[in-house]
Amino acid sequence: MLIFEHSRPGRCNYAQFSETSATGTDKIPENLLRKQKPLLPEVSEMDTVRHYTRLSQKNFSIDTEFYPLGSCTMKYNPRACNSLAMLPQFLARHPLAPEDTGQGYLACMYDLQEILKEVTGMAGMCLAPMAGAQGELIGVTMIRAYHESRGDYARDEIIVPDAAHGTNPATAVMSGFKVVEIATGKDGDVDMDALKAVLGPQTAGLMLTNPSTLGVFEKNVAEMSKLVHDVGGLLYYDGANLNAVLGKVKPGDMGFDVIHINLHKTFSTPHGGGGPGSAPVGVAERLLPFLPIPIVAKEQDNYRWLTEKDIPQSIGRLSAHMGNAGVLLRAYIYVRMLGTDGMHRVAEFATLNANYLMAELRKAGFEIAFPTRRASHEFIVTMKKIKEDTGVTAMNLAKRLLDKGYHAPTTYFPTLVPECLLIEPAETESKETLDSFVVAMKEILVEIEQQPDMIKQAPHNMPLRKLDDVKAARALDLTWKP
Amino acid sequence: MPFIPHTDEDIAAMLTSIGASSIEELFDEIPADLKCGRLTGVPPGLNEMEIARLMAGHAEKDGTYLNFIGAGAYEHHIPAAVWQITTRGEFYSSYTPYQAEASQGTLQLLYEYQTMMASLTGMDVSNASMYDGATALAEAALMAVRSHRTSSRILIPKTVHPVYRSVVRTIVKNQNIEVVELPYCPQSGQILPDSLDEFANEDFAALVIPQPNFFGVLEQVDALTDWAHSKNALVISVTNPVALAMLTPPGEWGSKGADIAVGEGQPLGIPLSSGGPYFGFMACKSKLVRQIPGRIIGRTNDLDGKPGFVLTLQAREQHIRRSKATSNICTNQGLMVTAATIYMSLLGPEGLRRIAAKSHANTLALVEKMETLSGVKKVFSGPIFHEAVLSLPTPAKEVLQTMKQQKILGGLDLQEHYPELDNALLVCATETKTSADLQSYTEQMKLALG
Repeated sequence: MLIFEHSRPGRCNYAQFSETSATGTDKIPENLLRKQKPLLPEVSEMDTVRHYTRLSQKNFSIDTEFYPLGSCTMKYNPRACNSLAMLPQFLARHPLAPEDTGQGYLACMYDLQEILKEVTGMAGMCLAPMAGAQGELIGVTMIRAYHESRGDYARDEIIVPDAAHGTNPATAVMSGFKVVEIATGKDGDVDMDALKAVLGPQTAGLMLTNPSTLGVFEKNVAEMSKLVHDVGGLLYYDGANLNAVLGKVKPGDMGFDVIHINLHKTFSTPHGGGGPGSAPVGVAERLLPFLPIPIVAKEQDNYRWLTEKDIPQSIGRLSAHMGNAGVLLRAYIYVRMLGTDGMHRVAEFATLNANYLMAELRKAGFEIAFPTRRASHEFIVTMKKIKEDTGVTAMNLAKRLLDKGYHAPTTYFPTLVPECLLIEPAETESKETLDSFVVAMKEILVEIEQQPDMIKQAPHNMPLRKLDDVKAARALDLTWKP
Repeated sequence: MPFIPHTDEDIAAMLTSIGASSIEELFDEIPADLKCGRLTGVPPGLNEMEIARLMAGHAEKDGTYLNFIGAGAYEHHIPAAVWQITTRGEFYSSYTPYQAEASQGTLQLLYEYQTMMASLTGMDVSNASMYDGATALAEAALMAVRSHRTSSRILIPKTVHPVYRSVVRTIVKNQNIEVVELPYCPQSGQILPDSLDEFANEDFAALVIPQPNFFGVLEQVDALTDWAHSKNALVISVTNPVALAMLTPPGEWGSKGADIAVGEGQPLGIPLSSGGPYFGFMACKSKLVRQIPGRIIGRTNDLDGKPGFVLTLQAREQHIRRSKATSNICTNQGLMVTAATIYMSLLGPEGLRRIAAKSHANTLALVEKMETLSGVKKVFSGPIFHEAVLSLPTPAKEVLQTMKQQKILGGLDLQEHYPELDNALLVCATETKTSADLQSYTEQMKLALG
């Protein structure tokens, strides 16, 4: 039932009413005033609370289920990060309030910038980008600004491996570049000959995720970096998988010129049903002049925002204020709780969990896409042979996992591995959880053998059965009509 | 080890299963010369009690002020239920609803949100949100150019939020889109339809119309909309969603209505929080639905014919279309939209209208009080919603500094963005201000003016 179906004309929630019913609108011309009331529900406070509490219960979440969604780093979101970021003074602070009324907040932001610089090995950091895709847009725009500042206008190509997230090519186009895709070799690393073949004076840069979305560490990264730099291009690091190498290797040391970090992955800020994200962008020395504003500076014991006046070559502003401040606070609280030791352990235990789960699933009879490689913090199971033998697809298995109380891994991404399941058990999961997931996967293998048709119809135990995506796109129903 | 549950026994058993002798061995594919040493720049870890103490100290330092700043982010009362439900783990710690059957809560909520926003703006459809108001405007500009085909110029009046204009320029210039700025009338604070005459023979993809505008003034939206449509340009509205409970929705402007409606969603139950996270809303006419960026939720049926919700029209999006997507946007601002949907449900049409009306009445009352002070004038003659520009006899910066010492944030100094306005101050009094607050503002202003 929709909230609108609970609605009754004239039902009001008086506790939330402002004292006056007076319109006081006589100074506003008649043609500017609304004639018909908007379609908002007329329900009591209790109706609202019940309705949305019930809706929440129809979601899988990290707090309720194991959520091994590859490339999304669904780790535990500590409750302290939420409650401390929601202290009343932080919530009440207006973004345009003077800097001297926000020295506490700005101190946190400055420390966060410094810590992120340290763990990534970058020379500068801007906290403003509001999501990974926006971080990418900023990074690639800085690459353009760098080349143009040198009078180098001929570079119109961005190179992207075929395993990259869809945001990489979409960002390159949005930034005004042509996209050149390069192939992946058999072992999961980028095909170096394919890279050499496309490099040239037209190369603006290369976007790379490392470890890649195939769940393996790109071993030739140093050589790739040299090749791209030798032709005058720059290297972009998509930090989607930073969780796998945090405290082990720094993007700056791998030769990257610009990076983004997904705080909602590696730094445990909530995914919130799809946002808000936050994606600070870090740069090497040569891109410092182009960083977007604002950035926090510390002068003696005073913190202030840097503006266009301080960074005249800045690519400019990308948000109305300074990005997702509340998300940044949550990340700051998280890094301070982890500390040095905790920071080193993130990648260690994420990697331990991934390699253990990969080993156990292999023993259970699943086919691993890159069996000769170590898993990073994630790995790929391919259902290609199972599909050929039984007709059961990766999506069928994913839906059956829901029945067994596990969120599905990422399916059909990366696209170059057929019938793939990209599995990422974050470091916060215990061995028992991983073991029981393996038991569920084994049960499904048996079911595939014995009742393939049942699997193809999954899910069976969820509030709804399989939903019709085709109907949704053909007979568009995007708003409720009374 | 914070948030890591492994016992020594677990680690030993797991390594045995893998066939590795140590955790470090699992990193043997990383070339040794690339490995970093200890992260000395990260301070030692704090337990929850220690970090709570530290953060309370920072919060204390920020203090508490009586706030009269608006300028795109507005203080409204947020009902307790909004964030108590929004931060339930099932909303807070779930992800983008790719697995529809396991995400019906978020999906249905987003469908309800789309319905509310489409109705509030008078549009046919809404997406599931953008990052913020400024980026929503930039995406609307890109969308207008994609669908217009012959022009890649956007007409943006200077009455649009200055930072929004700056964000639009940053984002669209990569695609060779030209932003042309329109002047405002120094008397009324509005775009004058007559001022458009000089553009009569030029081609534009879209005209942006703010309502209320950055000065708090209401624009002559009907005439502006009709002018743009007569030139075959699209109309992009930038509106305050709370104001729309009281003001004509963009979908009804002029004879045909605006084509794309965007704005900052923060006033709908999102705390000010130093500027984020907020969310941008975007709604449009159905003819443009395939050009809209971001997530969209559709209602459909399951195998038994029961109604349910899924992400739809995904063929527009980056994870399917890659370089040919309508935008690179991936996430929306899901959790913020969760809060906004609960907020709108708690208030209903009458509750939201009263907030708009009370904020309007409070600001009018404040302006009236200010005009009794010697040398203080309302700058613009156009009708206002809940914000006004005042000119002061002395520089706004000094006055604000004095008022701040009395724990009042008196408004926004317009010197930086509108240097042509002398000693101008933008003030806003929402429903959160009592008559005692207005009185105290007036007294402190009087003292500050000397």
